[in-house]
Amino acid sequence: MAVHMLIAGFGGQGVLFAGKIVAYTGMIEEKQVSWLPSYGPEMRGGTANCSVCIDEKPIGCPIVLEPQTLIVMNRPSYDKFVDAVAPGGIMIYDSTLIDAECSRTDITVAAVPATKMANDNGLHGLSNIIMLGQTLKQTQFCSLDVLKEAMKKCIPPRKQHLLEPNLKALQLGYEYSC
Amino acid sequence: MASFHKTKGLTDAIFHYCPGCTHGIVHRLVAESMEELGILGKTVGIAPVGCAVMAYDYFNCDMIEAPHGRAPAVATGAKRANPDNIVFTYQGDGDLAAIGTAETVHAATRGENITIIFINNAIYGMTGGQMAPTTLPGQITQTTPYGRDVTRAGYPIRMCEMLSTLDGVAYAERVTVTDVPNVRNAKKAIKKAFQTQIDKKGFSIVEVLSSCPTNWGLEPVEALKWLKENMIPYYPLGCYQDRTEKGVF
Amino acid sequence: MGQKFLMKGNEAIAEAAIRNGCIHFFGYPITPQTEVSAYMSKVLPKIGGTFLQAESEIAAINMVLGASSCGVRAMTSSSSPGISLKSEGVSYIAGSDLPCVILNVMRGGPGLGGIQPSQSDYWQATKALGHGDFQLLVFAPATVQEIVNLMGTAFDLAEKYRMPALILADGMLGQMMEPVEFPEKKTELPARPWATTGTKEKRKPNIINSLYLKPDELERTVVERFERYDVIKENEVRVEEYLTEDAEYIVVAYGATARVVRSAVESARAQGIKAGLIRPITLWPFPEKTIANAAKRVKSMLTVEMSMGQMVEDVRLAVNGMCGVSFFGRTGGIVPTPAEVLHEICKLAGGAE
Repeated sequence: MAVHMLIAGFGGQGVLFAGKIVAYTGMIEEKQVSWLPSYGPEMRGGTANCSVCIDEKPIGCPIVLEPQTLIVMNRPSYDKFVDAVAPGGIMIYDSTLIDAECSRTDITVAAVPATKMANDNGLHGLSNIIMLGQTLKQTQFCSLDVLKEAMKKCIPPRKQHLLEPNLKALQLGYEYSC
Repeated sequence: MASFHKTKGLTDAIFHYCPGCTHGIVHRLVAESMEELGILGKTVGIAPVGCAVMAYDYFNCDMIEAPHGRAPAVATGAKRANPDNIVFTYQGDGDLAAIGTAETVHAATRGENITIIFINNAIYGMTGGQMAPTTLPGQITQTTPYGRDVTRAGYPIRMCEMLSTLDGVAYAERVTVTDVPNVRNAKKAIKKAFQTQIDKKGFSIVEVLSSCPTNWGLEPVEALKWLKENMIPYYPLGCYQDRTEKGVF
Repeated sequence: MGQKFLMKGNEAIAEAAIRNGCIHFFGYPITPQTEVSAYMSKVLPKIGGTFLQAESEIAAINMVLGASSCGVRAMTSSSSPGISLKSEGVSYIAGSDLPCVILNVMRGGPGLGGIQPSQSDYWQATKALGHGDFQLLVFAPATVQEIVNLMGTAFDLAEKYRMPALILADGMLGQMMEPVEFPEKKTELPARPWATTGTKEKRKPNIINSLYLKPDELERTVVERFERYDVIKENEVRVEEYLTEDAEYIVVAYGATARVVRSAVESARAQGIKAGLIRPITLWPFPEKTIANAAKRVKSMLTVEMSMGQMVEDVRLAVNGMCGVSFFGRTGGIVPTPAEVLHEICKLAGGAE
């Protein structure tokens, strides 16, 4: 399936990294892929987001303006992008950090207390991966195996000790029932 | 006794310099040094913008003509491309100490293994005698018609003194060519500068106090006298840095 | 070709340059192209090359001048304000008939402008990147893979015609990641008998120079250079056409903007509007013939740019009145959206408004 995903949150939440993993799943499946970060002064602690497109055909505009899938990890990004989600699309948000009632009825909304789950399970800083696990469950944009393989590719050799907690976070997010 | 002959380091092109200008002498000293050190075949010279712009026609080695002030950057590129080549720049005071100050200072502080021959004649020659960064206080030029007023135009720059504070400089000496002993001394300095580069010791610069009879409005002999009496007191001759034994790194 | 890497445009540029035998890089930091320098600084010292962070953009381009004179492949990269500073050196490089590659990852201007993607340096790149009568080869990639492919072409053609080549990218291409494959490493480079590598006292000195004080001599060298430009115009134009065969409305766009347009053209087709895209890959030489031929058969054309309308002038010159040419652009770092472009296409087709 084609992926048209926007991942948004604070700088430091691993928004770009999560996007990179998604992009790698497309690489593994030998599809066309683009990954585009927002860049600029806001990189330093402000909001950050990245657009990921995966498709069979060449990717035109790499900026995801109307995401089929929105992963949102802080309130400013929620406010900014909630109305942009394409009708019939899905929004997965971190309900630990975002206290909101979504009024949209034309999209699927999944609330995941990802930050709390990460903290409760000793997986600090891996709420992004928990979110990604739930996204996979909701959208099945690739197989769990492919996502795990992509994750392995994204973790550099000198940080291999981080692979296990990342895989754990993925599983946790995948198994969570909203 | 050895007879006088023209150095192989110069081509047969006839200098375009004005009568009494000391560029000719310095050209010969540079050319002789290259010949005597046996480096003519591997030297790349960088010509400036200014009176010496056509130096590429005179030196009998490969030559590049650089944009105004950029000779040390061009030399850096040349040296990094082929570190076994010997690379020198030949620049005037406007080129080196005004528009090209940044390039000069940074090539020096990088310890770039190049040689700079710096002609300081306290004036812009080619454009017809305007104030240079090295024009003396009170000196009359086309753009300081009442004499250089330091309250408006600021003070002259002493490049050797300034550059000698930088760790990348292996050798910095100021010489002149007003008479035979000074010419001999200048030759010695120029040769030492090239030797510094051959030995890969770091950045070397020789500043040569030179005359510009045409734009100073003086006869050649008077010009040399003026140089001795006015320039040398402001720009004392001598060696300002010598790290040629150990090198800069 | 072989393994695929997921790589940022800026890093792919650097790797492609190195694989094409360019191991001498001189640069100065500026957003959004700093990854090029960072990549070069990591790799080049390990393979016997030069990475030098210059004191200024001016110094960097002149280091390229010096290195290129001495017969090696050299490049520099920057973004819009920095390219302005380099223009002096670029003019001297062109006037000295030296090859080199310059990268401009364009950002919004004028002045300090912004740091988001832009295409407002089209005029500078194609008309006047410095004083005097001269041109650069100008390449406008639209994907990370195309950046990689064009890098080799840029070096090869710069050397073939002895002139500077410019890769005109934008912040979006520089920052985005896409899968890329790299060509095999180039080890043998063409001979450069003109280079200043030392006479070995076996030949006459080589002189790299752009000064000709006699007007007839200067005119002759410029005219000779323009004769070379004519050969380039004849042989080196690169352009992509997408769905133009039966198109009634053609959009002309380059670089990242062309990707936005591609999406819009597909949407227009889905609505039954026969839209197509002409994407110049070389901005100089400009694909005049392709555009002129298309102008004969379409109802009208639209040019879309991230500027107030610069390339549109060249499109109109090529069209030469054969059909209407309208313009749509966003500037200041704003990327036009596919919806905006679709709206413009619909207007042409007499639909929306």
